[in-house]
Amino acid sequence: MKKLSARRRHPLAAVVVLLLALAATGGLYAAFAPAGKAQADETAQSLAIDEGKKLYSVGCASCHGTGGQGTSDGPSLVGVGAAAVDFQVGTGRMPAQQPGAQVPKKKVIYSQPEIDQLAAYVASLGAGPSVPTDSQYNPSGADIAKGGELFRTNCAQCHNFTGEGGALTNGKFAPSLEDVDPKHIYEAMQTGPQNMPSFPDTTMPQKQKQDIIAYLHAVNSDQSASPGGLKLGGLGPVSEGLFGWIFGLGALIAVAIWVAAHTAKAKKS
Amino acid sequence: MSSQENSESLPEAQAPAHGAVEHAGDPFADPGLPAHKPRIQDIDERAAKRSERAVAFLFFLSMVATIGFIASYVIFPVDKIVFIFPFGHVSVLNFALGLTLGVALFCIGAGAVHWARTLMSDVEMPAERHEIAAPPEVKAQVLADFKQGAAESGFGRRKLIRNTMFGALAMVPLSGVMLLRDLGTLPEKKLRHTMWSKGKALINMNTNEPLRPEDLLVGSLTFAKPEGLEEDAEDFQTQIAKAALMLVRIKPEDIKDKRELEWSHQGIVAYSKICTHVGCPISLYEQQTHHVLCPCHQSTFDLSDGARVIFGPAGHALPQLRIGVNDEGYLEALGDFDEPVGPAFWERG
Repeated sequence: MKKLSARRRHPLAAVVVLLLALAATGGLYAAFAPAGKAQADETAQSLAIDEGKKLYSVGCASCHGTGGQGTSDGPSLVGVGAAAVDFQVGTGRMPAQQPGAQVPKKKVIYSQPEIDQLAAYVASLGAGPSVPTDSQYNPSGADIAKGGELFRTNCAQCHNFTGEGGALTNGKFAPSLEDVDPKHIYEAMQTGPQNMPSFPDTTMPQKQKQDIIAYLHAVNSDQSASPGGLKLGGLGPVSEGLFGWIFGLGALIAVAIWVAAHTAKAKKS
Repeated sequence: MSSQENSESLPEAQAPAHGAVEHAGDPFADPGLPAHKPRIQDIDERAAKRSERAVAFLFFLSMVATIGFIASYVIFPVDKIVFIFPFGHVSVLNFALGLTLGVALFCIGAGAVHWARTLMSDVEMPAERHEIAAPPEVKAQVLADFKQGAAESGFGRRKLIRNTMFGALAMVPLSGVMLLRDLGTLPEKKLRHTMWSKGKALINMNTNEPLRPEDLLVGSLTFAKPEGLEEDAEDFQTQIAKAALMLVRIKPEDIKDKRELEWSHQGIVAYSKICTHVGCPISLYEQQTHHVLCPCHQSTFDLSDGARVIFGPAGHALPQLRIGVNDEGYLEALGDFDEPVGPAFWERG
């Protein structure tokens, strides 16, 4: 005991005590925590809502109001559902950096567990679409051709025929869908973020959403083939024609000038 | 290289060689034609042989490329995709066909140019200019011939012949005008009516099922076709070109136009999808502003205010379809559009 007491001012003493204390706490928790499973889930859920509320108060309340009721700077979040939160925060659109025509995609600030907590809190404000599970949005086995048909009927008017995006009014735009996470595509169709209209399951069933995701993966991801090569952004005949006129004809003119400018005469005798 | 070429065209290099008339003291003396200068191939037979071989090589390369084209066509399967920097994941067949055909054509052109520049005669051939007008005696002869011909034909004297000839010449083109009628039948009333009529259910374009009001959420966008129009029907394209319909749900309190609200069902409004400018399909709907943008010429319509034109060249608002709910709870049309859909035409009124 005396030996121990003598070393109480050792530089590592504090660390040792802390480790012991942590081990004790962990052991006690392990001994007492495993109560009823259902009860634990419920607790976890309300814990997530509580944590989400804290995150919300810090990061979101200034625009969306303290209770999610909305202010002049941001819409009400009552009833938007967890899927909307998972999309907006999960793609980095929220929290918004500045007001403007449209909030663009940017670096994601929150971790996925934090996003889940925020989603749990917003979902608790009012019923709305929940975050889809992998079986809902996973496009494996979906009908790509049917997806293309659906995409051209419902989405291509704004997002271009292969999802390259396009311009809308007053600085708004439909973003490119290249390499967007299938979950986020699904959530966007489900919830209609910002100015995009929603395509709920009642008018576009889950199977059709999977077809659309499969189509997008086939035509607009880094693995998708472009049989002709050099697709120039896939923006259609205008950009391709412009390229042909400027660079194709330009190269021909340059060659013609080069041929004419170089004489074949022998050096002067 | 280029400095030597430039020095070739300097006047002092040309002056003594071509024996033009020289006036002492006249700074604008006609320098005459520059002397012809030979090419290395004209002087050196070995250089000429080299050029000949180069041209033949280019033509030979073209032949090889053509054989390569035929071989690629036979060898490569149509759906084989390979990664080729910097083109990305391309079809190997397309790539090989394009490359070989390009080489084949380029080598013919390059060979021809090289042949003409190094081996064909390059002796300059001046073509002297002279007066364009004919000499006076030729003019006089032509005029005299014309007058004699006119008198002998009796064109001025026999007025009956002259006038019937004019009549015949004027009538002949009418046959051509008549044939224009074969370009198609007259549109008659087709531009004024669509397939929609009272009691026709609104069918979801995605699921091919009739729509219920509760299927459409606020902020959603849905496309509908009239009941009884099947996609494999012979006249599907003709009918859908006029009957295409977009359905959006707006909170009733956000609808500013009184008639729009009356013609809607619980805030569900149905508008023609055909732009009233030149008839582009238009459904770039922004659910927060309720604006619909036409991608062709940027006409913008406000769906919360009777689809009024708020920007762009469109002449009038999008036609609205009056809708209601039938006994079974499905959405149905309460009649056809009350005005022609799509772009204006002369007799539209």
